[in-house]
Amino acid sequence: MSILNSKTPEGPLAQKWTNYKDHQKLVNPSNKRKLDVIIVGTGLAGASAAASLGEMGFNVKNFTIQDSPRRAHSIAAQGGINAAKNYPNDGDSVYRLFYDTIKGGDYRAREANVYRLAEVSNEIIDQCVAQGVPFAREYGGLLDNRSFGGAQVSRTFYARGQTGQQLLLGAYQALMRQVNKGTVQMYTRNELVEIVIVDGKARGIITRDLVTGKLERHFGHAVVLATGGYGNTFFLSTNAMGSNGSAALKAFHKGAIFANPCMAQIHPTCIPVHGEFQSKLTLMSESLRNDGRIWVPAKKEDAEAIRAGKLKPTEIAEEDRDYYLERRYPAFGNLVPRDVASRAAKERCDAGFGVGTGLAVYLDFKSAIDRLGKDVIEARYGNLFQMYEKIVDDNPYETPMMIYPAIHYTMGGIWVDYELQTNIPGLFAAGEANFSDHGANRLGASALMQGLADGYFVLPYTIQNYLADDIRTPRMTTEEKEFVEAEKAVKERFEKLLSIKGNRSVDSIHKELGLVMWDFVGMGRNAEGLKKAITRIAEIKKEFWTNVRIPGSKEGMNIELEKASRLADFIEIGALMARDALNREESCGGHFREEYQTPEGEALRQDDKFAYVSCWEYKGEDAEPIMHKEDLVYEFVEMLQRNYK
Amino acid sequence: MSNFLTTSIGRKFLMSITGLFLMMFIIVHLGINMLLIFDDSGDLFNQGAHFMATNPAIKIMEPVLALGFLVHIIWSLVVTIQNMKARPIGYKQLNNSKSSTWASRNMFILGSLIFVFLVMHIIQFFWKIKITGDPLLAHVMVGGEEMENTYALVAGLFKESLIYSLIYVVGGVLLGLHLAHGFWSAFQTIGFANTIWLKRLQFVGTIFAIIIAIGFSVIPLYFQIKF
Amino acid sequence: MEKTINLTLKVWRQNGPKEKGRFETYQVSNISTDSSFLEMMDILNEQLVNENKEPIAFDHDCREGICGMCSLYINGRPHGPDQEITTCQLHMRKFKDGETITIEPWRAAAFPVIKDLIVDRTAFDKIISAGGYVSVNTGGVPDANAIPIARPAAEEAMDAAACIGCGACVAACKNSSAMLFVSAKVSQLALLPQGKIEAKRRAKAMISTMDELGFGGCTNTGACEVECPKSISISHISRLNREYLKARFSE
Repeated sequence: MSILNSKTPEGPLAQKWTNYKDHQKLVNPSNKRKLDVIIVGTGLAGASAAASLGEMGFNVKNFTIQDSPRRAHSIAAQGGINAAKNYPNDGDSVYRLFYDTIKGGDYRAREANVYRLAEVSNEIIDQCVAQGVPFAREYGGLLDNRSFGGAQVSRTFYARGQTGQQLLLGAYQALMRQVNKGTVQMYTRNELVEIVIVDGKARGIITRDLVTGKLERHFGHAVVLATGGYGNTFFLSTNAMGSNGSAALKAFHKGAIFANPCMAQIHPTCIPVHGEFQSKLTLMSESLRNDGRIWVPAKKEDAEAIRAGKLKPTEIAEEDRDYYLERRYPAFGNLVPRDVASRAAKERCDAGFGVGTGLAVYLDFKSAIDRLGKDVIEARYGNLFQMYEKIVDDNPYETPMMIYPAIHYTMGGIWVDYELQTNIPGLFAAGEANFSDHGANRLGASALMQGLADGYFVLPYTIQNYLADDIRTPRMTTEEKEFVEAEKAVKERFEKLLSIKGNRSVDSIHKELGLVMWDFVGMGRNAEGLKKAITRIAEIKKEFWTNVRIPGSKEGMNIELEKASRLADFIEIGALMARDALNREESCGGHFREEYQTPEGEALRQDDKFAYVSCWEYKGEDAEPIMHKEDLVYEFVEMLQRNYK
Repeated sequence: MSNFLTTSIGRKFLMSITGLFLMMFIIVHLGINMLLIFDDSGDLFNQGAHFMATNPAIKIMEPVLALGFLVHIIWSLVVTIQNMKARPIGYKQLNNSKSSTWASRNMFILGSLIFVFLVMHIIQFFWKIKITGDPLLAHVMVGGEEMENTYALVAGLFKESLIYSLIYVVGGVLLGLHLAHGFWSAFQTIGFANTIWLKRLQFVGTIFAIIIAIGFSVIPLYFQIKF
Repeated sequence: MEKTINLTLKVWRQNGPKEKGRFETYQVSNISTDSSFLEMMDILNEQLVNENKEPIAFDHDCREGICGMCSLYINGRPHGPDQEITTCQLHMRKFKDGETITIEPWRAAAFPVIKDLIVDRTAFDKIISAGGYVSVNTGGVPDANAIPIARPAAEEAMDAAACIGCGACVAACKNSSAMLFVSAKVSQLALLPQGKIEAKRRAKAMISTMDELGFGGCTNTGACEVECPKSISISHISRLNREYLKARFSE
């Protein structure tokens, strides 16, 4: 299929990236100034790409919906960033990081992309240190590493529990330096509302100024989407309130392929839902599982008594506790990958052993405190414990924490080739917005790595290979008919939204969508439920377009209008996720089909039938999308069943 | 360097340097004043005052001191106006007692009150001693040297007037409050503080402020109570 | 334990940057004490939308205290009555049944109101773009372990780097001074060998931009440190003063 050429370079795995760089086309310095690059998003991928391309001399326009590039949700990543530095001398290597990532992704990622990610991981650490990122250090002055998310080596670099913040601020500062130099023009509180395609190539975007409400047209020789994931389709997730999938959906509607939409990661350690007023879920760092032990009562009557408030967890005797991860996975215990830990929690709660509201399990530090002392635990997790106490009003040093899985990250996203280019020439996608590196499940501390790899070290090369052919394309005026038409379509869409004047708030419909997603397209999926979800989502879509109420007008700041526009897109994405999940008749990584499991309840892949990336193509409002397949050919790694027992 | 004194840190630097200078003056001033209560004959104080009036070093310092006061006062106006401009619309509800001390927020008010006090103080003593003279200042002989009876002027005021004595007590307290913040703040502004020294300076500043406040208040009270 | 409370809210409403604002009073009832302050605002907004009124605009995003987007001056204090948290981490158990809560936007000349409780904090970005970085380009940098950094310095740099740029320091300061914000960045980079090289230039450029943008000067009241959700110490301000004075005196 012509639209799905992954453009993986020839040669042995370890040579591919070098070969690519040796032979790609470059743009000479005097031409760079003449080329405009639009980058949407200022998270790790967007900010690092904008800064790097600005430094090279391209004329960059960078957009964010926030008031400042520093607010992007990359900032909330806590745990750390992986790199194959092997500083602790514990046997790590580029190959091992590559292999772990492929295996952790349940063999649903492209080998060449993942190898490149592992290869550039070391450069990221060097770059961040040079920028002044205050990573944790040993007393000798050298960088400290920790083991994270079940890895057998210590390869995670961290800055307390705020690694994402520090890395993002590093990229943000590099970006602001370019803003100061005039190579990057920053557009804050500006939202992409349409992508403009001219002669089959991405040539610009339409944005809405969120303060004035004005629509604006922007031209670019290339457009990069670094707009993050679509986890907020579920309403409740660990994503920020503003995180949305609209840019990805606009690309999809313009013909870009949406890959593996059903691949969403559920993070096992979040603070459980408290009530219907809940607006979002708070993640507790995965690092807590290094010392915390996860359990539920072994007897159902104890669980019931706890839920009724008649019994305290500390009153349950040791032999009446079920440390179910240690029981089921003796080799990895509490450190099994995220998808495995999440499903195990759901299994226990569904079986009636849950605590709290019934949808929670305990994460207990008592034995760690007895073994290491309270001060050691405080030094390691003090800020997390404090955060927990502020939210829940419960002291985790004395009573066990309650946790439950929540939607956290979407591995699926806009399909890109080895160059991070979508099937629309000139349209690129970086970071969580693309589908490329994590397969069916992302390992801990790999999101930061991928975002920065794409932005600092991949895109600045590969985009030149495209732009080199564009040096003779003059800047277009935004009076071209494609721009005018795109803006008109957007204007009509907003007018349509405002004209509904129904009876329901945006959030109430979003919550309804979220419940459908969580119940049927969440941790455990089956054909019947997914079909039901597709029907329900179609009903919600109808309800939205006939009964949503948006006060105010399209002029000036209108928060309900922003939310409504994003929700309209989430509804589309939700349907696509369900459709993709229904198609994928296997269990792999974050996608668990209840029909496909081993007798012990573990995920069962169907490599003979589903070793491909599902690539969805939009066929119009009233037609069903078509699925193409990009076969995953493993030349260097053998597909094995993951085993954490 | 040209615009240094108009930058936010430059302005504060000037406040800090002049403040530190004035603090040194205050220490000397209090030292001499303490002589008032250690010798009821007044000889000791008169000798001290005479020494201060005739010492050439002090003579040189006098205009410098005046300049110090002037700069500290004028710049405080500049700083305050600039800072007020930074918040044209205020809050409806303020609850800042939990986050900062009253003195730190009201340095300008404290300073202004001290300024009023200073004017009165100059008229009552400095003006009379240096310019107009006063019958109470009739020369006396101390240790074979003839000098003005400054003691009589000061002690006279405090013995005679309860009101003035109380005003001087209030003046001492105002100064103490001003210094309770001013002392460590001056060091902080010139960059002489880190996490450890910040606490030390704040501690020393509090002690210093208490000594100054009590020291100056004790004098009028001493005369009121004893005589 | 969960219980519910009823509240009266006095909220600043302002339609646009140039419009005149006013306080409006709203009632909310049956608010769970387990809900967060912003969830309470969500409930109020849902109420307003259902009455076909425009909801209250307020900045918020991550709702876990790290993005720095949320603001709000609640009952006379930035980020409300609790310590070491942002507004999004403030929970309703800190309030009493029947209480009246006054909610205002950050007030500073450098942070003009955009709408209701939303203010424009791009001034902070301008300060950072003036010099709040290490001037290195992507690629061609030494190995991460090439320069050892003493752990205490790295830790102190991290203390400063924890700043989330929310602007509570400016809101808390009676002078609307941005010194804590500026000092956090200057101090972080001055403590690290990578940043030391251009420390003087950085301090000068950032202070000069801060002054131009209309922030007030620091009078060391220390309110910023107390109200800072990340407890950034004012000792960084002293380091900033030191760096700045060094820079100016070596001209």
